[in-house]
Amino acid sequence: MEVIKDMWGFLNRRKKFWLLPLILTLLLFGGLVVMSSGTAIGPFIYTIF
Amino acid sequence: MADTILGISAYYHDSAAALVLRGKPVAAAQEERFSRIKHDAAFPSRAVAYVLEEAGLSMEDIDAVAFYEKPYIKFERLLETYHAFAPRGLKSFLESVPVWIKEKLFQKTILKNELKSLGAIKPPPILFPEHHLSHAASAFYPSPFDDAAILTIDGVGEWATTTIGFGEHDRIQVVRKLEFPHSLGLLYSSFTEWCGFRVNSGEYKLMGLAPYGRLDSGKTRDIRRKILDDMVDLRADGSFLLNMDFFDFATGLTMCNRSRWLDLFDIPRRVPETDPSSDIMDMARAIQDVTEEIVIRLARTTSRTTGKKNLVMAGGAALNCVANGKLLKEELFERIWIQPASGDAGGALGAALAAWHIGYGKKRAVVHIRDDMAGAYLGPEFCERDVLRVAERYDAPFKRYDDRAVLSKDVAGLIAQGKVVGWFQGRMEYGPRALGNRSILADPRNPDMQKKLNISIKMREGFRPFAPSVMEEYAADYFDLSVSSPYMLLVAPVVGHRCRPLPEENDALGLYERLYHQRSDIPSVTHVDYTARVQTVSRDTNPRFWDLLHAFKQLTGYGMLVNTSFNVRGEPIVCSPEDAYSCFMRTGMDYLVMENLLFDKTLQPEPDDRLLSIKIIHND
Repeated sequence: MEVIKDMWGFLNRRKKFWLLPLILTLLLFGGLVVMSSGTAIGPFIYTIF
Repeated sequence: MADTILGISAYYHDSAAALVLRGKPVAAAQEERFSRIKHDAAFPSRAVAYVLEEAGLSMEDIDAVAFYEKPYIKFERLLETYHAFAPRGLKSFLESVPVWIKEKLFQKTILKNELKSLGAIKPPPILFPEHHLSHAASAFYPSPFDDAAILTIDGVGEWATTTIGFGEHDRIQVVRKLEFPHSLGLLYSSFTEWCGFRVNSGEYKLMGLAPYGRLDSGKTRDIRRKILDDMVDLRADGSFLLNMDFFDFATGLTMCNRSRWLDLFDIPRRVPETDPSSDIMDMARAIQDVTEEIVIRLARTTSRTTGKKNLVMAGGAALNCVANGKLLKEELFERIWIQPASGDAGGALGAALAAWHIGYGKKRAVVHIRDDMAGAYLGPEFCERDVLRVAERYDAPFKRYDDRAVLSKDVAGLIAQGKVVGWFQGRMEYGPRALGNRSILADPRNPDMQKKLNISIKMREGFRPFAPSVMEEYAADYFDLSVSSPYMLLVAPVVGHRCRPLPEENDALGLYERLYHQRSDIPSVTHVDYTARVQTVSRDTNPRFWDLLHAFKQLTGYGMLVNTSFNVRGEPIVCSPEDAYSCFMRTGMDYLVMENLLFDKTLQPEPDDRLLSIKIIHND
């Protein structure tokens, strides 16, 4: 939660809301990379990319 | 009330910790000295443990932690840069994503977890001053000035690469800045890479190579012209734009766009470890000359913009002591003070001081005649009992001295006989220089000493120069230097009457023939351009080292010694007596002095597996 709060504070103060979609995509992408290593969703990820 | 602030720099290179008590630095050290990994970038757990121990505190006593930069803004810069250069850099972007997410977005969480692992049950508040503010704070607050202009120059922090500002009492104001990718530090690092040295650690080697280039040769002039015509759009005020067609550092995995550099300069990139060609030496000379030009223009703008009489400097580029020496000669300011830990390691101290004075609004104490850095001797100290334990562990015979004056006299005598002595005393230095507490010492009059030190002691490139440590009172007898240089951050010419003429065919000679020509009566510390990187030693700041210099002067008439850092190539400077004994036994050093104990190499047993297997991770 603290990360989300800090991130929002950063975007708000710097007025860089256009970075939000990019950051969300990166978080999703990064999360998938972490989750897919050695798990059952690995093949699923492979077919997506 | 935040009396105790822990400063941390980490996760790029040269991580460090610093402890500030009521606005005064009490302890600071780089992590590499403890982990024995050169330029260690990991969270500085051992350095934090040390600074706490030094002050007799635990993590629970820390009121606030200051991290030396703002990770989110750095992340913003990375994203915007890749966005601006897309689709260039896709490969490095994909490679970097997991690291960024882990290290930048969750850096606060990582820091908190690290602090918890060091004993903080409830981690203290963490402050994040900007990277260049940390540098500026490290330059201004410990300086002896109440009022000064501030110039910070480095590779890059969040966005800023250069800032101009001023400090008044406890306030710092940045008035102008230059932003990424237009960076003097990264420009210099690009040439460092092209000349075959490692980025982020080989810059000082490039600086040492530059005097071998011929400033007035057609080739050097040609390279300089190409840099300024095609690569760097330099303005009168010292600001500049880099032509990014020539650089790959914004989105790539190297510094230079190699095909463009080859087309422009027609000089192949030097293969590391090979002898530098004359073209490479001229290239080093040209970029050093351009760097000096930029630094002087920036300083002139700093003077004009702020109207201050004093200047303080920090940032990696402030370690370019040749440029610093030229800047001093320009007399743009009455006094100049440079933070001895000017690189990112010094950001730990600057962050803590910024938190104290800016974050918590604390007043600055009275300015002293000397600065607050205590000679940069802010690292760990070991007592005689620690040394005795090492001697016992390795069955190492030694001679113990009760009288330090006799020890100094005997060691001076050994050095005068041509012996090389490891000198381990008191608190370790903070910053990249050995200033007489973790040093290897030798006779500057000995014409063979430079070769001997480079090849058989330091095991490094033969062309590299050595620096002198001289008694402060007698510095002017040897060098054209009007101010003290306690941190070895100023290069000055050797005085004319000590210099000897160059051979007539000097320009036609090879690198080593030029190097081994006797240029003065202190040949081991006189570089090929008749200059030296001087440390002036004060009796107040380092009485033990001063006593040794004094003893050498009484014996030889010269109040000066060769002073090089106590390590071998690729290894961090020694920290503990065990590191020192190990280094002593692995090199051609003749004697080792640790506190009041003298170790003679000829009497030591053969080094056993324990000594040879001491962990050192070479990273040169």
